[in-house]
Amino acid sequence: MLALQILIDGFAISALYALGATGFTLIFGVSGVLNLSHGAIMVAAAVAAWAAASVFQLDSYSGALVGVAIAALLSLLTYFTVVQPIQRSNKIPNEEKEIFVLTATLLWGIMIQEAIAYFFTNNAKTVLPIIEGVVRIAGIRTPANTLFTAAVCCLVIALLWVLVNRTRTGKVVLAASMNPRGVTILGFELTNVYIVVWIIYGVLAGIAGVLLGMFLGVSSYSVGPLTASAFSIVVLGGLGSVSGSLIAAFVVGYLETFTAYMISPAYRSIPALLLLVIVMYIRPQGLLGRR
Amino acid sequence: MTSIKPRRTAWSLILLGATALGLSLSSAANAADPIKIGVIAEAQAIAGASIPQAAQMAAEEINAKGGVDGRKIEIVTYDNHSSSADSVRAFQRAVNEDKVNAVITSYISEVVLALEPWASRLKTLMITPGAASNEITKAVHDNYEKNKYTFHGYLTSAALAQSVCDAAKDLLVDGKKMKSAVIMSEDAAWTKPLDIGYQECLPKIGLKVLDHIRFSPDTTDFTPIFNKIEASKPDVIITGISHVGVQPTVQWKNQQVPIPMFGISSQATNSTFGKDTNNAADGVLYQGVSGPGVAVTPKSVPFAENFKKKFGNYPSYAGYTSYDEVYMIADAVKRAGSTDSDKLVAAMEKTDWEGTIGKVQFYGKEDKFTHGLKYGKGLITGLILQWQNGQQVSVWPKEVAKSELKFPSFIKFSSAK
Repeated sequence: MLALQILIDGFAISALYALGATGFTLIFGVSGVLNLSHGAIMVAAAVAAWAAASVFQLDSYSGALVGVAIAALLSLLTYFTVVQPIQRSNKIPNEEKEIFVLTATLLWGIMIQEAIAYFFTNNAKTVLPIIEGVVRIAGIRTPANTLFTAAVCCLVIALLWVLVNRTRTGKVVLAASMNPRGVTILGFELTNVYIVVWIIYGVLAGIAGVLLGMFLGVSSYSVGPLTASAFSIVVLGGLGSVSGSLIAAFVVGYLETFTAYMISPAYRSIPALLLLVIVMYIRPQGLLGRR
Repeated sequence: MTSIKPRRTAWSLILLGATALGLSLSSAANAADPIKIGVIAEAQAIAGASIPQAAQMAAEEINAKGGVDGRKIEIVTYDNHSSSADSVRAFQRAVNEDKVNAVITSYISEVVLALEPWASRLKTLMITPGAASNEITKAVHDNYEKNKYTFHGYLTSAALAQSVCDAAKDLLVDGKKMKSAVIMSEDAAWTKPLDIGYQECLPKIGLKVLDHIRFSPDTTDFTPIFNKIEASKPDVIITGISHVGVQPTVQWKNQQVPIPMFGISSQATNSTFGKDTNNAADGVLYQGVSGPGVAVTPKSVPFAENFKKKFGNYPSYAGYTSYDEVYMIADAVKRAGSTDSDKLVAAMEKTDWEGTIGKVQFYGKEDKFTHGLKYGKGLITGLILQWQNGQQVSVWPKEVAKSELKFPSFIKFSSAK
């Protein structure tokens, strides 16, 4: 009974983590950017979806779409106003650009967080669930929307796989992650590739944010923990490795759920962080890392 | 830099002179000076945002009627970003630079506990409209001469627990024949004494405590907690939550946890709670000192309505107390005939003020909760309200109840079977 409960609960949260981390690792793989405003973009998506539904009286589908659209816009804004100027700057030495991007996105994330707190207060918001009610799985009362969340996450990740591996755009993105100079020589504008990646990232982060808002609810306080969890999942899986992130997301999701049920909800995140430290010792490149 | 120093010295000389003058000709010199009240609160939190707004409203009302003996009330506000460190800096600035005569501060116990030593050091009257920890009044009781500058303008955790138990006896034990409960509270300074209070008074009214769950205020997924609670099959969940609220409530509804929630749920006191939870709040029972449309005293409803007219939403619980506190400070200044801190403290101790939440008197030096609000019939007893169809409706005590208890269909009463 409890095992099944952990299985169901863990799957939903793991799938959400996976979705959040995939976009994060994709950006890193393609452009070498660790986007520390990740949590802020997720929260912005959820708050936008909430506001669309409760303030502007849209239905739950349109509300969710507004949330995803806001995340995609915010993601592009992040690229054009924060990341690109640093990447193009002549004043910052190339070897220091990563640190500059890291710091700039972190500060950008804090700015978004403060703006959300200022306009919508720091109280938690929840997005109207798309499917109401509960279903019983072998006697376990499960909210239908949790199953919906898990299904959407799996579907979106599958779509992403198709996009990257089966379409021309996807192949260019993949090539850019392996050899940016080669892609440029073949006649592709690298900036366009980056724009595509940031849009994909924004949509992924937006969907993850809106689903999280339905599943658990978010507040401006969630920004830090969300960035941190995406970061540790990506590091655990191996920086830049999408499949590594997927595996790591499930490892972390289940480890947390197991801890919450079997030990105490208060210690939820500790074992996963310990695991991260151990992996750093014995396999610093992460589970499936290339570098 | 060099030019500033002599000017400062000059200013302090002038101030010294003014103080000396003030001592001899107090009434004449004071007549024009405003009474300055510093308000340090959490502008980004719903509970905190009402604190400066309500204080400003009270000040404007008093000033419109001519102020206190001709002196206007001036509110100086500081946003503390829910941080103790920011609050301490704001307090120092309020007293040292802005020369406030008294400070109204915060709904967070940790913040008030951090400021209490500063109220003592800077000898400035401080009153909180919303914090609850027993430690605030305990410090005044244990070291009166040092800490007498702090007043607790909201119910202590012990009184809150008592208020919840008094209501639970009528509504749940007598009304719904309930027999058992699980306590669910967040890990924070204010819930420690609250939980001790619950554990003492719940068995006395006939609710057996089956389990006691404390969780981190960072918790986002409450499924394991509700699961654990359900496993022990209680009739009711007795809550002690303030930093969290929206998330457990929404998950309670989404997961259709069949057990009602009853107790302290500070976020539920905000009129925006229904919207924040997409009306998942329906059925939630919470303790409050006030509520929209509840005439606890003749002042309650006009205040809430005027507040709504002015700011667009009903005040949080700390808005009511903050409004009352400005009046109480003004009243104390009038009776003391001075803004001298020690005289003000003495006058505040004799407060007998009918505010928006009841009749306010403070416990004395010898009482256990020195400078805390007196709890009891004819003073302040608190209310129980319930979210029904997106509205906050009073259900206890009988004198102000507007409706019977109503629960969403997923709530099952095990004893009724």
